[in-house]
Amino acid sequence: MTSRVKSLTKILSSVVLTLLGLSIVTFLIGRVMPVDPVIAAVGDNAPEEVIVRVRAEMGLDQPLVVQYLHYLGQVLHGDFGMSVLTKNPVAVDIARVFPATLELATGALLLAALIGIPLGVWAAVRQGRLVDQIIRIVCLAGHSVPVFVLSLLSLLIVYAKLGLAPGPGRQDILYDGMITPVTGLLSIDTLLAGDLGAFCDALAHMAQPVIILAYFSMAYITRMTRAFMIDALKGEYVITARAAGLTGTRVVWGHAFPNVAVQLVTVLALTYAGLLEGAVVSETVFSWPGLGRYLTNALMNGDMNPVVSATLLIGTIYVGLNLLADLLYRLLDPRVT
Amino acid sequence: MILSNFRSWALDEAPASRSQATWGSAYRVWLSLRRNPLSMIGLAIILAFVALSLAAPLLAPYDPAAQDLGNRLAASSGAHWFGTDELGRDVLSRLLYGGRVTLGMVVAVVVLVAPIGLGIGCIAGYFGGAVDTALMRLTDIFLAFPRLILALAFVAAMKPGVESAILAIALTAWPPYARLARAETLTVRGSDFIAACRLTGASPWRIILRHVMPLCTPSLIVRVTLDMSSIIITAASLGFLGMGAQPPSPEWGAMIATAKRFIFDQWWVATVPGIAIFLVSLAFNFLGDGLRDVLDPKGR
Repeated sequence: MTSRVKSLTKILSSVVLTLLGLSIVTFLIGRVMPVDPVIAAVGDNAPEEVIVRVRAEMGLDQPLVVQYLHYLGQVLHGDFGMSVLTKNPVAVDIARVFPATLELATGALLLAALIGIPLGVWAAVRQGRLVDQIIRIVCLAGHSVPVFVLSLLSLLIVYAKLGLAPGPGRQDILYDGMITPVTGLLSIDTLLAGDLGAFCDALAHMAQPVIILAYFSMAYITRMTRAFMIDALKGEYVITARAAGLTGTRVVWGHAFPNVAVQLVTVLALTYAGLLEGAVVSETVFSWPGLGRYLTNALMNGDMNPVVSATLLIGTIYVGLNLLADLLYRLLDPRVT
Repeated sequence: MILSNFRSWALDEAPASRSQATWGSAYRVWLSLRRNPLSMIGLAIILAFVALSLAAPLLAPYDPAAQDLGNRLAASSGAHWFGTDELGRDVLSRLLYGGRVTLGMVVAVVVLVAPIGLGIGCIAGYFGGAVDTALMRLTDIFLAFPRLILALAFVAAMKPGVESAILAIALTAWPPYARLARAETLTVRGSDFIAACRLTGASPWRIILRHVMPLCTPSLIVRVTLDMSSIIITAASLGFLGMGAQPPSPEWGAMIATAKRFIFDQWWVATVPGIAIFLVSLAFNFLGDGLRDVLDPKGR
């Protein structure tokens, strides 16, 4: 037990250190700006004493370490500064846009896991056969196509040419402002509001970006499932189960797969983190009002507070998911102390 | 004749020199790689891509920057195989020249990143202790960002352009290499030949440079190959988001960014560079996958 506590303390302290490092990196990115924020605030022709005064007001005359500690204090209090573009506090903006990204990433993860894991198991069982090769090619292709290219092609073919799915955006103008945000996840909010039409509309809008993101991340899930399963199927307990006369399906899903499931938790956590990155590009193409579009909009306009904060947020989620995967792994697998 | 001589020399069971042994193992890798059709397809596409990019000035039918406003957004024809873009520039010529930008960016990133990752990893692994802890913490911090997000933030802090994009991708790409090099260094650090070097009075730097680094290089090469497609996609995504190569540069991602405005009507202008990115990235994935199978049979 003590060794368990010790290793947990070690993990947690390394996470804290990493988070501190993250904040240092984002702080420095925010300071190395192409334009001097003081000049931007007071204009080119401001007299020298105004510049000095504003610089002091903004705290930019302090040593970098003091500035950093100040920034860290603000971040810990949930204060990410103001966005020049939206005139809102960045924290408010992010709270508004983040659920949309969460919805996209979660939908994609569920779909990718639902298809990717069985595909991986199938490929492992039929290792080296034609099915295995086909699955491999399909997955590698999914991993090779840039999300923005696939998204544009999908808009062109599925939306413009075939008219099978609605166009960019998160919901039809018809339902605009009709649904009161509760969770911020439209697919859940519309159900809570009991509006089936709006729910179907939300799902239809989600379909294209979710399927594309899912295809992109499926490759990793399938590959890892296959590798883990191949190892598991070599186990002596599998041979014993086969010798005892169990059916193939029973051996694969009842005996081998449960041993793989624990390892897959880590894979899914990492995939989820990767989906946040994919969402940035996909949201730009589909005009999806999420964190990614917020970030790229701010980037185009040199609005640094949102850029820095969104980067810090995504980094923190990344670290958090890794920690979660690590802890779950320890919890689920009795062999790890 | 020369080839069969090389074959028997490389496959010699008792290599007489270090270089003969190195060539021998490289040749064995090639032999098993050659049996993997996907890898060979990948390699062929990559070679074709490199050749086409290098020979762009000879092959391109038009100047990639030459505008012909009277012939804007033309469909595919005998004069313009892939049509023309919004300023009447030949898409095929821009595609060929764009390959040079992509190729240049990838090469620049790899040239920057591989030595940095190798150096940091080997130093951390060889010295251990506080040096190791400090360097690995630094690596963890950079690993904690998704690549594209960190690259975007870096470019925003600098100035959008090819050079910033290269630097940004390099800054986000080195940590996995450092991890890998460190792991490899740890396995050789305690070996007798390193101890022998130390006894003869070799300095730590000499041991790292001459004895540890060369041993880490092969696995690094595999890793770089596997990473290529991700580097290409990140570079193209940066271009697409307006943070990488800037128009009028014929970079593929930037080409798609301008062409997305009229994707519904003149779809080929955006689709052609899209297919190019896909093909090159797929080729690197095919090759990397095969290389991994050969060098790391456990992952099969």
